This record gives sequence, structure tokens and C-alpha cells, in this order.
Amino acid sequence: MNRYPTWKYILIAVVILIGLLYTIPNFYGESPAVQVSPAKASLKANAELLSKVESTLQLADIQFNGIFLDANGVKVRFNTPEEQLKAKDKLSANLGKDYTVALNLLSQTPSWLLAIGAKPMYLGLDLRGGVHFLLEVDMKAALDKSAESSVGDFRTTLRREKINYFGISREGQKVEVKFDSAAELEKAQKLLSKDYPDLTYADSVAGKEFVLTASIGEVNKLKIQEFALKQNLQTLHNRINELGVAEPIVQQQGFDRIVVQLPGVQDTAKAKEILGRTATLEIRMVDEDKKDMATLKAAEEGKVPFGDELYKDRDGNPILVKKSVVLTGDRITDAGPGVNQQTGGSVVNVTLDGRGAGIFKNVTRDNVGKRMAILLIEKNSTEIITAPVINEEIGGGQVQISGMGNAQEATDVALLLRAGALAAPMEIIEERTVGPSMGVENIKRGVHSTLWGFAAIAIMMMIYYMVFGGVSVLALGVNLLLLVALLSMLQATLTLPGLAAIALALGMAIDANVLINERIREELRNGNTPQASIHAGYDRAFDTIIDSNVTTLIAGLALFMFGTGPIKGFAVVHVLGILTSMFSAVLVSRAIVNLIYGYRRKVTQLSIGQIFKA
Amino acid sequence: MELFRIKNDIPFMSYGRLTTAISLITFILAVYFLAVKGLHYGVDFTGGTAMEVSYPQAANIEGIRKAIADTGLKDVTVQNFGTSQDVLIRLPLVKEMSIAKLSETVTNALKNADASVEVHRVESVGSQVGDELYANGGLALLLVCVGIMAYLAIRFEWRFAVAAIIANMHDVVIILGFFAFFQWEFNLTVLAAILAVLGYSVNESVVVFDRVRENFRKMRKATVVQVIDNAITRTMSRTVITHVMTQTMVGSMLLFGGEVLHNFALALTIGILFGIYSSVLVACPIAMWLGVSRANLIGDVEKKNNEQEAEATP
Repeated sequence: MNRYPTWKYILIAVVILIGLLYTIPNFYGESPAVQVSPAKASLKANAELLSKVESTLQLADIQFNGIFLDANGVKVRFNTPEEQLKAKDKLSANLGKDYTVALNLLSQTPSWLLAIGAKPMYLGLDLRGGVHFLLEVDMKAALDKSAESSVGDFRTTLRREKINYFGISREGQKVEVKFDSAAELEKAQKLLSKDYPDLTYADSVAGKEFVLTASIGEVNKLKIQEFALKQNLQTLHNRINELGVAEPIVQQQGFDRIVVQLPGVQDTAKAKEILGRTATLEIRMVDEDKKDMATLKAAEEGKVPFGDELYKDRDGNPILVKKSVVLTGDRITDAGPGVNQQTGGSVVNVTLDGRGAGIFKNVTRDNVGKRMAILLIEKNSTEIITAPVINEEIGGGQVQISGMGNAQEATDVALLLRAGALAAPMEIIEERTVGPSMGVENIKRGVHSTLWGFAAIAIMMMIYYMVFGGVSVLALGVNLLLLVALLSMLQATLTLPGLAAIALALGMAIDANVLINERIREELRNGNTPQASIHAGYDRAFDTIIDSNVTTLIAGLALFMFGTGPIKGFAVVHVLGILTSMFSAVLVSRAIVNLIYGYRRKVTQLSIGQIFKA
Repeated sequence: MELFRIKNDIPFMSYGRLTTAISLITFILAVYFLAVKGLHYGVDFTGGTAMEVSYPQAANIEGIRKAIADTGLKDVTVQNFGTSQDVLIRLPLVKEMSIAKLSETVTNALKNADASVEVHRVESVGSQVGDELYANGGLALLLVCVGIMAYLAIRFEWRFAVAAIIANMHDVVIILGFFAFFQWEFNLTVLAAILAVLGYSVNESVVVFDRVRENFRKMRKATVVQVIDNAITRTMSRTVITHVMTQTMVGSMLLFGGEVLHNFALALTIGILFGIYSSVLVACPIAMWLGVSRANLIGDVEKKNNEQEAEATP
């Protein structure tokens, strides 16, 4: 009765074999590599790029031991870090700014294993070193901005249709337009609700004023917020591409957050500067009627004229600019540093998209001789980069921004603009940095904990339960193998808490075998035959094992649902560990016991340690 | 080798009063320390910055304090951990400064004071994240409790479910009490450990309850107390061996796991030690007092039998 049908042995053997195959890649080391990927969406990583990289390296006489093309770009493997660095310099010089060249580490897993999808486990930042940022998008600002741009749109529309109004302003996330008469208001409402159907309109009377209030509807609010997040994600992608990081992660988390992970990044200050400069660009008109010293002085003391805001330019001079926004940074398609032909000063050349170019043309035509302010808005601070006088109508969408201090500054501002402006400001609300040596140290800690714990358990089990203890240890070994294989297969992120969860999973999994062994001893103690005891022991313990694993599983799932970051990593391994332990503790250990005892003609004694007869 | 040679059942249930008293006292002490001292939350919860740095030579703690104080930051704690070269620096949130700026300011100050400093780990957390953790942590705890209770209620009976969950919450509160008393840092990994303990230590109760149910079927003449005593006695060997094994693994983590896993392993250790005790000696008396009987476990079919037995026993 203690024999499995042949298919069960085969099943177990196949599972173990697959486990072995997918575990092996973890034992190959990593070698230095360089990754070349296109910096622009219009460029593709293709065979042409591959041959270009290859010939560049051959010309420079740099040895490499592998070159591949994958979805992200071209990867080249080197024997030494020196060659890697040399190759990176050579490649970035040759390929120019259209391609990102980043340092990377590549597994030395042979290609036949990679072909069946066997890869080493995907290590989290705490194990490989790098930076993790969590950014929160300021959704209120996104809505404010949307309302602010409605103010401008309304003004243009009402003027065009020659409807008289005597005031238009933004109150929070609402736009208020004031009229003299109910008739004008009605006309305006009809017109605006046709042109801007996304807004909800309401009218009210306050004394002699007839006020039309337009507010953003709930559905539209969600749309604006979603758009802001998507735009910011895209912008971050672009900026990070410019940083040259291999395998960066930029992901949405929840409704208003973005996770950025940059593995292997050492210079966190540079990364933070690029990400942290969550700048948006706005073009507004300078209020030319209020540029006299007295008004400016009063404004500095807090008496800012209605409809204006007070900012300072780079030299610290106060300027009153109108609240309404002419253009925002999302209309910019390209930007680059340059030199003004006449003055020789550093400038930034900006290209606007079609709609932006149209608006810009109209505004410059209507405002020749007036000043236009270009504002750089960062979280909690706004600065006027420059406020040049409009000399003539500017069409075609080519704009030159002067007022840069030097060439470096022009390059920085251009990078910021080219990488796209953010739809709304963001703030870093979580930052975790792990140095590369710390990552290696953490792996060592996790692996040592697991192995020494495993060894101690193995010795104790074998002393206490003899052959059955040995069987339990083998089953536990299979459990470890399957768990690592599963983690490699799923490419789930392994963190230090995840490594702890592997150790803990083993420590807890042994429970099932202890239960079985104790049960068999008890059956023997009650005077049953060895074969019957084995059978009854496994059978009876099974229910208990299921019950206790289900409760552990519930805890694991709750952790997975509510945990973030390292906790999620813990939960994934915890849950997988429970599943693999059920397989190995019950099926595998039984199969081994069956092989040992099931085929003997006569079994008089089981090697399960001394049994005290009551 | 066999460690447990128990001839007769140990009358655990007759110690019910004593074990309950012990539990109650430790529980009240834990609550007291939680209330008076409170938990020493890590930056995960409170927000702020924690940095691990090391120097090639023994670190000059006073020098580091001064370098940071010179930047105008207040309430900074600087302490050694592990070796004399390793230093842990903690800073609370500063209202006017973004967390990105905060860690940068400190890093620069340290580099200016001593260029040989190596930054191993930086954790900066804003207040928004911490607030959410409380909410999510509480929700996770609630979900685990409800999930486990529902499962036990279906698989066994509501009395067992209630008993098991009380026993386990008792463990959780005691772990928290330890963390409050010693002012060990309570961070995300400790929270994970506590939730893992919750799932793990319910195992204990499940194993005993399973035995109780089996005994009710087999030991038809026995009283409820005898049934429970026998169940505990028969599973004791397994309980102790399993816990020794799990604790061996956790002990290995305490030894080799380093700073990050230290408190995680500590929470597990306390959880495992108290888990043995509570899942057996707290859960069973509670189940008994709630009125567990053969009838409500095995079902109506055997009710008749039951009543006859009840008459037979004086």
C-alpha cells in the first residue's frame, strides 16, 4: 500500500528536473556589460544598430565576449570592467545623443538556458544597489492649472464674439465671469457651454453683478488627473533616458504616485536633480500697466493688484505678471541650447507644437512692444527665467529664450524643456538608496541565514528522526529548489525581506514533516505494523497540514494586498513558499519513503528514532 | 532519540486558572508599556531620514554630530551600530525642506567633514507615506483576523475561531509590548514579521483543535476536559520540535541577518516563544469556557449518543 503509481514518480521527477533547470542560472555569475538603447521613440533597436555597435568596438580594438539584441536595445558583454568603461566612452562618443549608453551587468547564463526562459532571480534594489524614489503628483495644482487655462480660453472666446464682461477670474478650481446684465450672461453661457462642454455652468446674482461660474465636473476632474499622471510618467521616462541608466523602472502606483527605480545608480544627487526639478514652464504676459516703482513696492508688501502675481527675475527684480497663462510647457516639442547671433549670449531654442505655435503667433502679434515672462515653476518656488520685449510677431513656432547665465545653464534648461514639461508639479515623498557594497552584503546575509539555518535543521532532524529525518531534509531541499526555481521563473523581485521569507518558509515548512513523523511514531506506538503506520501517518497528518497552511496562506495574502515595496517582496515569497512546501512535504517525502520501504517484502522496523512504548 | 515520554495525559486544563492569570498579567503589562512608553517607530512610519554610513577608521561620533548640527538641522541622533566604523544617523522631517533635499544636505555635510565616508543606505520617507502605512497595516491585521476566523469557523466551529484569534491577538500585543518596553525600532519588516507570526501561530491552535475533534470521535467516554488534555499531550512533542526547528532558522537570521533583519527576527522569536504557550494554554481554555462540546463539533447525528453519555457520567 505504500507504493505510488509510476506516473506519480515521473511527475515528481519532472517537477524536480524543471526546478533544477530554472535554478541553475542563479549560479552563473555576472559580467560587466554595456547597454545601448535609443533615446527617442522614433529610433528603433534593430540589426542595424547591432552592426553599428559591433563595428565601432572592432575599430577601437575593444575585446568583447558577447553581443545581443533584445527589446530594450543592444547589449555587449565584456571580460573586464576596464574594457566595459572604454567601450562606453567610445560608444557614447560615436553614437551621439540619439542613443543612451549605460553600464550594466549581464548574467553569464548560457544561451540555451535563456532560450527556455531560465534567468536568474530578479534582484530588488536593496540587493543590487541603486536608488528608489516615490513621487507624488500635486493633483490640486493640475486642476488649478486646468482652470487657469480656461480663464484664458474664455477671455479669447468672449472677445471674439464681442460679449461684454467686466471681470474674469479663477476662484480655486472655478472660473467666474462677471457681467452687467442677465442678457449678456445668458448669451455667454450659451456660447461657452457649446465651446467648452466639459465644464458645468451655474449663474448667480450678487447686487448688480451677474456672475457665471464654470466648474470642472467630477468626470472631467478624473480625466484631467489621469492625464496629468500619464504626462508626468512620460516625462520622467524621457528624463531618465537622458540619464543613461540600464533597466530603469518608472511605474504608476495608485492614483497619484509614480515609482522610479534606478538600479546601480551611484550619483544620487544628479538623479535627484533631474527628477526633483519637477519644473513646469509657463509663458504669461507682464502687466505693463503696473510696472511703476510705487505699485511694485506695494505689491512686495502684499498688496498685489487684482489679476496679477508678483515674481522675481534672476537678478531679484520684482515683476508683476498676469495670472492668466498664455502657454504651458506641454506645447513644447523640442528645445536645445544655442548662441544668439547678435549678442553672443547663451540662449535656448524652443520649438512649439501646432496649437502652441498658433497661440504664440496671436499673442505676439497683439502685444508687440510689451514684455512676455517665461516662468519656471518648481515645487513651492516660481522664477522668471527671462522677460523679453516682443519685437515682432513670431510665427512658425520657433522661439528663442534669452537670459541664460552661461552655456551650462542653457543646456540644463534645454534638457528640462526637451525632456518634456510636467503637467503638474511632483514631490519626492520617499527615497531609498542602497550602496552597491551594501547590496552584495545583504545578499550574503540572506544566503548565510538560510544556509546555516538549513544545515542546523538538517542535523537536528536526522539525529531525532533518523532515516525519516533524512527524508524530511531531502523534501526540504526540494522545497528550497522549487521555491528558487519559481521565483526565477516568475521574475518576481527578490528583496532582503524576500530572502528572509525563503528562510522562514523553510523553517515553517519543516512543520509538515514533523507532524507526519510524529504521527507515524504514534501509530507505531499504538502497535500498528510499520507499513500501516506509514500509511496512516501520512493520511492523518494531511488534514492538519492543509488546515494550518491555509491559515498561513491567509496571512500571506493579506500582506500581499496591503504591503508595498519590501513587504510585498516578503509576501510573494511567503505565499509561494507555502505552496511549494505543500508539494514537497507531502508528495516528495512520501515518494522517497515509498521508495525506501514500500517495495520491501518484509519490514519489521522503521528507522524513525527510538520509540517509547507506553 | 525521543524527548517526550509522557505516560499519562497532563491535566493542562486544571491549570487553566494559573495559565490564564499568567497570560492576563503579561497582557496587561504589554498594554501598559504600549500606553506609557509607546512604540519606537522607524522612519517608515514617522517620516524622516535614516542613513547608514561607514568610515575606514573608527567613526568620530561627536564630529558627525557637529557637522550635521552646523547645517542647522535639529533633533539628530547619531549612534554606532555593529562595529565602531558603522554609524546610523536619524533625522526627523523638516517642514521647510523636502526629503530629497534633507538627505542631500546631510550627505554633503558628512562629505565635507570627512571625505572618506561611505554612504551605505539612505531611507527618506515623507509624512504622507507613513500615514498610509498605519491605515494599511491596520487593515492587513483586520483582514488576517477575519480571514482566519472565517476559515476556522467553517472548518471547525465558531468557538474555536474565537479562541484561536484571542490567543493570537494576545501574542501580537505581547510582541508589541516587548518592542515598547525595550524601545526597539518598529519598522515595516517588523510589521511583516507580526503578520507572519499571526498566520504561523494559528497553526498551533489548528493542530491541537484537529486533535480535539479527532478525540471527540474516538474517546466516546471521555469528558471535554479529558479530550482536550489528551489532545494537547499527544501533540506536545510535535509542537516543541516544530518550534525548535523554526526557531533555529530564525536564530540563524538573528546571527547572520545583519541590521535590517535583526528586529524582524526578534519579533519572530518572541512570537514563536509565546505562540507555543498561547495557542495551547490560552486557546484551549477559552474554547472550553465558550462551551465546546462533542455535539457542536461533530454534529447532530451523534447528538443522541452524546446525551446518553452525559447521563452516564456522574
